[in-house]
Amino acid sequence: MIIRGVVIVGLLAVALFGVPHIAGADWITTSTSIAIYAVAALGFGILYGRVGMISLGQIALLTIGCWIGARLAYATSLPFPVLLLAAGGITCAIGVLVGLPALRLSGLYLALITLMFAGATTIVLSVHDFPSGGGGFWGSSGAGALTTSTPSVRRPSWAVADVAFYRYTVIVCAILFLLALVHVAGKPGRAWASIRESEPAALAGGVNITLYKLWAFALASFVTGVAGCLLAAQVGVPRAITFQTQDSLTLAATALIGGIYSLWGAIVAGMFQQGVPFLFQAQWGINPNFILIIFGAGLLQVLLTAPGGLADQLPKDLTRLGRLALNLVVSRVREQAAAEKKAP
Amino acid sequence: MIEVQSLTVRFAGVTPLDDVSVAFPGGTCGLIGPNGAGKTTFFNVLSGFVRPAKGAIRAYGEDLLAMADFRRARWGLRRTFQTEQAIEKLSVFDNVAMIHEHSGAKRSTRRADVLDAIEFVGLDISPKAKVGGLGASDRRLVELARVVVGNPRVVLLDEPAAGLPQTETEQMGSVIQRIPQQFGALVILVDHDMGLVSKCCETTAVLDFGKLIASGPTAEVLRNEHVMRAYLGTEEEL
Repeated sequence: MIIRGVVIVGLLAVALFGVPHIAGADWITTSTSIAIYAVAALGFGILYGRVGMISLGQIALLTIGCWIGARLAYATSLPFPVLLLAAGGITCAIGVLVGLPALRLSGLYLALITLMFAGATTIVLSVHDFPSGGGGFWGSSGAGALTTSTPSVRRPSWAVADVAFYRYTVIVCAILFLLALVHVAGKPGRAWASIRESEPAALAGGVNITLYKLWAFALASFVTGVAGCLLAAQVGVPRAITFQTQDSLTLAATALIGGIYSLWGAIVAGMFQQGVPFLFQAQWGINPNFILIIFGAGLLQVLLTAPGGLADQLPKDLTRLGRLALNLVVSRVREQAAAEKKAP
Repeated sequence: MIEVQSLTVRFAGVTPLDDVSVAFPGGTCGLIGPNGAGKTTFFNVLSGFVRPAKGAIRAYGEDLLAMADFRRARWGLRRTFQTEQAIEKLSVFDNVAMIHEHSGAKRSTRRADVLDAIEFVGLDISPKAKVGGLGASDRRLVELARVVVGNPRVVLLDEPAAGLPQTETEQMGSVIQRIPQQFGALVILVDHDMGLVSKCCETTAVLDFGKLIASGPTAEVLRNEHVMRAYLGTEEEL
């Protein structure tokens, strides 16, 4: 428990103070995106890893959070933390509505329904020319106006520069992870684990399944909505084209690769979702379509050999590797000692 | 005390429970019958998973069928399933604490209650151990700890010793026997192991093809001609 706390504080310190020192401007932007998408993966992980409900509409919820954040920023002069909470709250309400079918559907059917929701969101935002600029909540600056006259979504006054906003994002995301941790380690987490194991057994144990399933959707949507608002401020002028329906599928794939049963897995998923494409495209100039192949191969690997994902597998593999190295060293030393004994 | 009156359950064309009237007076009661006799269906009605076509169930004077399914646990109804259902991803402690949390029992005594329940069933492992890593008999004991925690009033055990070796079945039996005395709960035990039933249960009811064919003191019931016929068949049928 203490070791885990030290690791978390250490990593947070590295993220807050180490990364800005060594990373260039492009890596700072990418790291901000990694933190945001890690929260989106966290939402997927809560639903699928904890409760067993597969939702492929998480990127749509991220987009909705982003849209609400952007529009509220244009329409009001609310302080940024209030924008975050409002975006989270409204996305939470929409997420609960999306979760209603989950009370009756499960598995593939729920996945299909949520994927359709993601598709519908993409269409609505494209038609509406998201974020459509203009004043007020519903304002629009007219067709094609996005290129020049659409104002940027504002950032918190003391975190306008990229590095400062990166730190701001990391702190907010850390708070969202903490919120998830409190849930998972507490009464809701135990009820979710019970539902995941067996709904009849959970019911017989007194768990109000309707309440706890919707609660999971509410939490997952809230954190995703807040992350969406952060994304709006990071990008400045978000575009509908950057949120594609299939992103929900790659998010699911990366979340599974990262590890669906662990909160660490969500961070790994964020790195895969945002870090790997950046490395491939901007750094190495490789065709980004290769990423899909890599994600596919990674997903196969997870499904076949490591259901716990990287977050579960990596520590095990490292321990195994360490043990192997230790055995090798010990046997070498023994051989040498035996040889020295023989020599005289 | 559970009184069942004219309980009938119908699934499209099948009648797994047909006008069953029976009383479970208290202590540990057996409920036996061949496969398909309607025992699990009866448990499912008590749990609220199946709505009966007609009939009434009064438990300690209260109308059990009028309660929402998830509220019955808070009232004091507990059950296990034929397939073991302890939660793999949680520790032994959390498995039991989860039931306590939804039982309406006081939060201040949770830790002590949970540890007492684990001790009561004789689990000799750390409460922090994950259930996923336990053997079959330990998992069955975790399930027993789950049914006795948080003021149980009626405990339904659906083949709790299925698949366990003889020595562990006996250990399970001695734990089950102590439940009524220790917690004041009525236990209904479904099992095919007649040794376990006759050891644990003062009274027993027998179902066959959805109908009650005998009930009363266990030793008498097990000698009953109809019961023997239900289990062993008749010469004419052979």
